[in-house]
Amino acid sequence: MPIRTPVVGAPDRPVDPLPVATIPAPVAPPRAVTPPALSALKDSATVGLALVPLGLAFGVLVTQADLAWWWATAFSAFIYAGSFEFLLIGLVVAVAPLGTVALSAFLVNIRHVFYALSFPLHRVQGRTAKAYSTFALTDEAFALATGARARAWPGRRIVFLQLYMHLYWVGGATLGGLLGSLVPEGVTGLDFALTALFTVLALDAIRDRLHDLPTPALALLSAVIARVLTPSQMMLAACSLFAVALVVRHFASRHFAKRQPDDRLSADRRPADLIPADEMPAALVPADERPADLIPADDSPADRRSVERRPVDRARNPHA
Amino acid sequence: MPDTPYLLAAVAVSAAVTWALRALPFAALAPLRASSTVQYLSTRMPAGIMVILLVYCLRDLLLTETRALAPVIALAVTVGLHLWRRNALLSILGGTAVHVALASLVFTA
Repeated sequence: MPIRTPVVGAPDRPVDPLPVATIPAPVAPPRAVTPPALSALKDSATVGLALVPLGLAFGVLVTQADLAWWWATAFSAFIYAGSFEFLLIGLVVAVAPLGTVALSAFLVNIRHVFYALSFPLHRVQGRTAKAYSTFALTDEAFALATGARARAWPGRRIVFLQLYMHLYWVGGATLGGLLGSLVPEGVTGLDFALTALFTVLALDAIRDRLHDLPTPALALLSAVIARVLTPSQMMLAACSLFAVALVVRHFASRHFAKRQPDDRLSADRRPADLIPADEMPAALVPADERPADLIPADDSPADRRSVERRPVDRARNPHA
Repeated sequence: MPDTPYLLAAVAVSAAVTWALRALPFAALAPLRASSTVQYLSTRMPAGIMVILLVYCLRDLLLTETRALAPVIALAVTVGLHLWRRNALLSILGGTAVHVALASLVFTA
């Protein structure tokens, strides 16, 4: 019998000032004792640590724009939106009107609207933690928290991960601001760190969904169309086109699936129903792998399903 | 040169707009979470948005100029390193180092 990952079932503890004692599981296998803060530190070691060189690059660019080094700290700590901060340097150096700053922030960050569709905020407990989690909902946090590995992460682990990434980013930016004057004149191109970061995040996200290559293809197409037709509002246009393309695809595949014989339906449902979601390797769980029409109406993404099905799991595995 | 009050205001405005865009949609979308269309979107948006962000970073690339070779080569190095070693930090450092070297020494504007 596969060993259950106890972290999955552990109730999320609030991060706010009123800590609630959590009752430990009666039989606690070794993995249960890994506190979320420590797991999150390990999770942050890959993409998260990449925020350090990115922050360094940002800090150097701030000083190269003749701003005091601590503006690198202020920007990174309070705005905490990597790609927009790079853009903001150019805006404030040109003393752009605040309305232009607000509009640019809106257009570059409008993509975050779509993050609410996938980011597991429902797992984060407590008002303070929820507020911080939305504040620190960067592209990197979104990519990590929605990845295949994160399906069973409790809320605390996600919030700690966001906190570490915030610290890496602020630390890198501050260091870059302090060391920026040491970078020789003529050294350019550090801003590529942002492109490299998104390259890595895109490759990882695609690798999580190798069975679904039309999705990145549609996204690429949307981005290129938006770049050609609306270069000044590319981000908003690309995200909207992509969302519309997905909705069309969803209804098209649903329509198509309705023509399939009924016996496929029961056969396709069986494996997912027989294996508890949290006992399967995350990569094998994708609920959406099946044609859309075959997903039961109450079939939520694997993270919620693992919680909802817990009573059934218990009945099946009395030792768990 | 921007003065301190202006810079503080710019930071405050940017932070407010960014946080609002991150937090408010959760309230607006909460009732929709059970919808099968929203679930379909939620599993597919992450991979697609990262692709869009990558294209966004490369939006000013002029393929007709030799200067564009620096980001193109650096991009190839990043992708190659990541497919080879799957180490995010290595891929980002490697790609950025190649880009800085090429943009500062070879393809100077």
